[in-house]
Amino acid sequence: MGKRRNWSIPYILFLAFFVLMPLFLIVYYAFTDNSGDFTLEHFRHFGMQPEAMHTFVFSIGVALITTAICLLLGYPAAYILSRMEKKTAKMMVLLFILPMWINFLIRTLATVALFDFLKIPLGQGSLYFGMVYNFLPFMIYPIYNALQKTDHNLIEAAQDLGATPRQVFFRITVPLSTPGVASGIMMVFMPVISTFAIAELLTINNIKLFGTTLQENIYNGMWNYGAALSLIMLLLIGLTSLLNSGGNARAAEEGGLI
Amino acid sequence: MMKRILSNSYIGLLLLMLYAPILIIVIFSFTEAKVLGNWTGFSLKLYTSLFNGGIHHSLTSALWNTLIIGAISAFISMFLGTVAAIGIYNLKSRTRKAVQLINSIPILNPDIITAISLFLLFVSLGISQGYTTVILAHISFCTPYVVLSVYPRLRRMNENLYEAALDLGATPFYALRKILLPELRPGMISGFILAFTLSIDDFVVTLFTIGNEGLETLSTYIYADARKGGLTPELRPLSTIIFVTVLVLLLIINQRAAKKGS
Repeated sequence: MGKRRNWSIPYILFLAFFVLMPLFLIVYYAFTDNSGDFTLEHFRHFGMQPEAMHTFVFSIGVALITTAICLLLGYPAAYILSRMEKKTAKMMVLLFILPMWINFLIRTLATVALFDFLKIPLGQGSLYFGMVYNFLPFMIYPIYNALQKTDHNLIEAAQDLGATPRQVFFRITVPLSTPGVASGIMMVFMPVISTFAIAELLTINNIKLFGTTLQENIYNGMWNYGAALSLIMLLLIGLTSLLNSGGNARAAEEGGLI
Repeated sequence: MMKRILSNSYIGLLLLMLYAPILIIVIFSFTEAKVLGNWTGFSLKLYTSLFNGGIHHSLTSALWNTLIIGAISAFISMFLGTVAAIGIYNLKSRTRKAVQLINSIPILNPDIITAISLFLLFVSLGISQGYTTVILAHISFCTPYVVLSVYPRLRRMNENLYEAALDLGATPFYALRKILLPELRPGMISGFILAFTLSIDDFVVTLFTIGNEGLETLSTYIYADARKGGLTPELRPLSTIIFVTVLVLLLIINQRAAKKGS
């Protein structure tokens, strides 16, 4: 089998060309101007432009709030599912994941239709509903996975030693589910922060998120500025995942990730 | 008892929230109204006009493009990813870790970053965008998943089997086909399915690499449609059909798994 080492060469070349090189191009474009000279102008421009800055901060806010709502709604759901009989639980989890098979644009437009149908005006409310609606399953699934793996003996031992149900929940169940919570947070926060098109559809173009700012700049031929904004987003995402994995390095090793 | 009713109704409420929009689509696929939410009496007209094509020829061709791009990308990804997994498995520890790290970049990257980076690659090389660029882009974000699903099979495999086959006179190719391939097949199949699903569901990367020659996939079609201010009514029956198909498939798979388990 030893000689099969060479079989990795085509893929390594592929990765170099289609993964590393494109990322390098983002960095290259971000730090150069139209004629290819080094510049920091794009970052200064971003800092000076209140509108882009505002969208950026607003997007982080939306992502944080969406993640918080998903966690608040998803944790109890995952907990209830994990306490169900295994067969029923499996079916239920499937039901939660099933809507994901429908194209997310169609689902988003259906949410818009639902709001129209109920005569609820589109705005911030519909934005958060749509976001939570789209990403809630990503929160429930990893938490459910972690909770389901919890060793039941630990809970029984705590009960035998006189812990109240409340103590069992907060001192045993919750700490043991942190790997699931960590990957759930990542799986909601990351896509929301970079989402594009959902917000516009849900608010009839009234609210714009950072993903759309990126797209608009690239589409209007502002490649360098667009690349600089992409780099900023990339840094933000790298930072979040670093924070997340730093706080939960041990947890991640225990396999919270699906 | 009370607790149980409460928790069951909580799950019920969440499911209702998740399914309400889908139900609306399914219900309104059985009426003719152009605008979603208007009920003008029961009718199957949207279903027949979806299949007859005609005016909505562009929708059918978008659907075909989606399926073709999905099939080609998934197939190439499966092939490339399997060969790569075998190669990576045999690499020296340090190189292997490095390759695995790069392999995880497309998985961790948000799709808009992947999309913009590939867009910059194609424009700076002056490659005109169309079918080929979309497929290349899809291969680049699908193959890592194939590698990840084939690799564990290699680790679990008994290497001696392969050596034994060679000792008994099998040519390397024969041993590959008769020993290695059957071992890897489940991983390859799940990798293929994953790649296909990711490809047909993709929107952002496709939008950035599809160019402006009029090529459309289902996602870009819907997006363009939505920006014009409304959904083509035929998308309702189409989504209904997709949803019911997936539902039935999953139920069958689940039933079979349950039987096997018991």
